[in-house]
Amino acid sequence: MSQLAYIAPSSPEEAASALAASGARPLSGGTDLLVQLRAGRAKPDVIVDLKKVAGAIGIREAGGGFVIGASTSGAVLGEHAGLVRAWPGVVEGANLIGSTQVQGRASLAGNLCNASPAADGVPALIAARATCLIVGPNGRREAPVESIAVGPGKTSLAPGEFILEFRLPPRPARASDAYLRLIPRTEMDIAVAGCGVNLVLDAAGAVAEAHVAIGAVAPTALLVAEAGAALVGGKLDEASLDAMTAAVRAACRPISDKRGTADYRTRIAGVLARRAALIAFERAGGMR
Amino acid sequence: MSKTHVTTTVNGDTAEFLASPGMTLLDALRDELGLTGAKEGCGSGDCGACSVMLDGRLVCSCLVLAPEVEGRRVETIEGMAQGGQLHPLQQKFLEHAALQCGFCTPGLLVASKALLDANPDPTETEARYWLAGNLCRCTGYDKIIRAVMDAAAELRQERTA
Repeated sequence: MSQLAYIAPSSPEEAASALAASGARPLSGGTDLLVQLRAGRAKPDVIVDLKKVAGAIGIREAGGGFVIGASTSGAVLGEHAGLVRAWPGVVEGANLIGSTQVQGRASLAGNLCNASPAADGVPALIAARATCLIVGPNGRREAPVESIAVGPGKTSLAPGEFILEFRLPPRPARASDAYLRLIPRTEMDIAVAGCGVNLVLDAAGAVAEAHVAIGAVAPTALLVAEAGAALVGGKLDEASLDAMTAAVRAACRPISDKRGTADYRTRIAGVLARRAALIAFERAGGMR
Repeated sequence: MSKTHVTTTVNGDTAEFLASPGMTLLDALRDELGLTGAKEGCGSGDCGACSVMLDGRLVCSCLVLAPEVEGRRVETIEGMAQGGQLHPLQQKFLEHAALQCGFCTPGLLVASKALLDANPDPTETEARYWLAGNLCRCTGYDKIIRAVMDAAAELRQERTA
């Protein structure tokens, strides 16, 4: 701790170069990093605060979709009427992270890069087919959200790389999403299982496109392509919901811990997927 | 060991201090600026006893690094009463006996004021969810919620009067 330095660069390139040094750790909202510092689990030499980097905070519409500064707090996401209208599931996932106080700081980039398998902000982003704009010492690249976490606490980001923005694709009419998680009480807990569902309906009200992502039931959040495919072409009839539920359960590879057994998590993931799909369908204006 | 010079605004006044490496905003308020209203309960953002406003946003000051507040606006419990006149929330906490040991009270007051500033007419459920990040081990929360709802009603009356 005695060597710990703090810097807050404003240029993305400067931030990437500072982060490339050994012993550097990025700071976004700090709701995980400061806890780790205090517990002695993180012992960086330099903390690189990314919130002053140009573009890291704020929400804008671009090319028909939304661009979310990666360090934007959950509270700011929840107050953005346009984002909530287009992506209610993405926002409700982000807003489930911690208390009001934590919402004032916690960011999607932090939630993703902390790489907890149970991160509530992540499944709906994956189901949304969101991408990350990554800045690093060798320039910029874009990558899908599901490619970032590779295991508990581990990411695919190279030294010096950080996420500057999330990009959500253009939203057609008759489209919506939803995120649900299960915790043993009503607030302030970590997901036993979570599921994000993103649906686009066609002019006749049938599902034209469906994406299902699950959390807390594998080492990382997972996109379950078979689950999405099971919903396409119908109006969430019982057979397609059953097929989707089975696909979700088949993809689960959970651990058993104090929050739930592997069997329970697998079962619940299917239940949440079904409920989230029905909510997303209704939000998109679908009629069964 | 290098210290960082930080200039910020606390309760409307300019404040300066030297931040040592790893110092949190809570440490700076209590140890450098002598503002001991914000308490350290858990130090990990779970209990809300260190709640303050940062640029108008409710945060746990134990989860903010002190150098992060350079050039920003911090409001603490010490700024809540105006010229010796208690804020209606403070008055209602007294009237409803919404405290026993008092350790959580500054954080609950700051968080409750943030709620009523954003939403003058919350439902009881909204108030309970908003305050879910403020732990109290004495009262069982009921008196706190009654005090907040009563203060909200009084503030609404003041506004229409």
